[in-house]
Amino acid sequence: MSEAEIKNLEEAFEARIERDEKIEPKDWMPEKYRQTHIRQMSQHAHSEIIGMLPEGNWISRAPSLRRKVALLAKVQDEGGHGLYLYSATETLGITRDELFEQLHSGKAKYSSIFNYPTLTWADIGAIGWLVDGAAIINQVPLCNTSFGPYARAMVRVCKEESFHQRQGYEIMVKLAKGAPEQKEMAQDALNRWWWPSLMMLGPTDNQSVHTAQSMKWKLKRKTNDELRQQFIDQTVPQAELIGLKVPDENLKWNDAKKGYDFGDIDWDEFWQVVKGHGPCNKERMTARVSAWENGQWVRDAAMAHAEKQAASLQKEVS
Amino acid sequence: MKENLYNYILGIADNCLILGQRLGELCGHGPSLETDIGCTNIALDLLGQVRSYYQYAAQVEGAGKTEDDIAMLRPERGYFNTLLVEQPNTDFAYIMARQFLFDAYHYMFLQELKNSKDETLAAIANKSIKEVSYHLRFSTDWIIRLGDGTEESHERMQAAVNSLWTYTDELFHQTEADKVMISQGVGVETANLKEAYYGKVSEVLEKATLSVPESKYFQKGGKQGIHTEHMGYLLADMQYMQRAYPNMEW
Repeated sequence: MSEAEIKNLEEAFEARIERDEKIEPKDWMPEKYRQTHIRQMSQHAHSEIIGMLPEGNWISRAPSLRRKVALLAKVQDEGGHGLYLYSATETLGITRDELFEQLHSGKAKYSSIFNYPTLTWADIGAIGWLVDGAAIINQVPLCNTSFGPYARAMVRVCKEESFHQRQGYEIMVKLAKGAPEQKEMAQDALNRWWWPSLMMLGPTDNQSVHTAQSMKWKLKRKTNDELRQQFIDQTVPQAELIGLKVPDENLKWNDAKKGYDFGDIDWDEFWQVVKGHGPCNKERMTARVSAWENGQWVRDAAMAHAEKQAASLQKEVS
Repeated sequence: MKENLYNYILGIADNCLILGQRLGELCGHGPSLETDIGCTNIALDLLGQVRSYYQYAAQVEGAGKTEDDIAMLRPERGYFNTLLVEQPNTDFAYIMARQFLFDAYHYMFLQELKNSKDETLAAIANKSIKEVSYHLRFSTDWIIRLGDGTEESHERMQAAVNSLWTYTDELFHQTEADKVMISQGVGVETANLKEAYYGKVSEVLEKATLSVPESKYFQKGGKQGIHTEHMGYLLADMQYMQRAYPNMEW
């Protein structure tokens, strides 16, 4: 294909996105669009799978049967999100095994928030409320993103995430209204999860390398800082409502901007965790890699059995 | 009558609770996303059944207990599950062998419990059997897949079956409460299921190219509250919150 032809295709492609048309897997797309989507969608899928671990840590210790069942169902939903996000990514010409390989080798990233430990039952509430809350703010705009399979997957993911968020907040409500030990547990969880949740919305706009291109392809509709402001404005009143204190001395309503002013985020901590040196990065990767390696013989056996079945079916036919 | 019925319900429900707890430990660590989600589904079904049983047990006892009091606040000697379901998640072959050896029994048991003179138990059985028929299909498929897969999977599955076989006979043991409930048409006459159970299990093992263990040495005790050493750790984990923070709502 000549350069002029490629340029024509690119222009037609950008025009389609401009008109809010969906791009489907078999449509022509610029290589950069494909690679960017593989990167972002698989990162999203990996986050779901790694995200199963900190919450899975409390399934065996959930305080009641109702909470145990709800938590199991929630973690299972995350596995389901991972599954269809991997499938959506596979439509771009990469296999799930290759994506796992990228995760396990450290080449692919996942949301850094999951490198923090879940130390008490209240952390399960805080994750649902704050982490899923921040995730929804990030993800709702993706329901209208340009790549069809991703947009459609996100519609379902967002519905389930919003359920998880309410469930998490409900855990916090119960704790905040409970015995002093329970309230203390809730406040402690908020103290530990607040700042990492703000970091979850990504580096500040002047540090974010992908924002401009992602805005153009509708992978992003608002900047990280706008999303963070939205998250804070939405979450602070929820904390106040149940008598918990957001751990930020500089948090103050700013009437002029109709939003909260807030204190400085410790970006050194953010980059330390992103670079693999958070409290649980090693534990999370070890858990995933060993699940994968210990499962190799099972997957091999399933494949070998399927091949035997196919062969005997073939024999019957011929 | 009440005490026997109460203990009879616990005998059924504790199997589901302890197996659900074991499967819950796995969540996020399965050999593939699909099996992970599948095992979690089974755990969810079993724990859902547990809630129905315990709610009913609490009502039968009439002492103002909740499902969580029953699930989490008994001493180890007060749990009546069979030893089979408390066995640890050694590897995926053990997990599936444990599941299959239990599912085959559970399915036949519920099939009969549907006819119980106790309407609540019959209703729970009616609802649960649909779920359990799926569990049995899932675990049967995996026994066959792993038995007739690779050399390694065959060896692992045979080792798991050989090791867990010793816990199968106890599924058919009857406690005093069981006997009273059977005599009243409430409980299931498990003696009548034994032959069909071993027939079904042997058929699947043979299809999976596995040999049926010949050992006649069986372990028992769970149904009397005498468990293996694994049980204490499982309970310590499961009961932790209720023990550390008594009398609170969650």
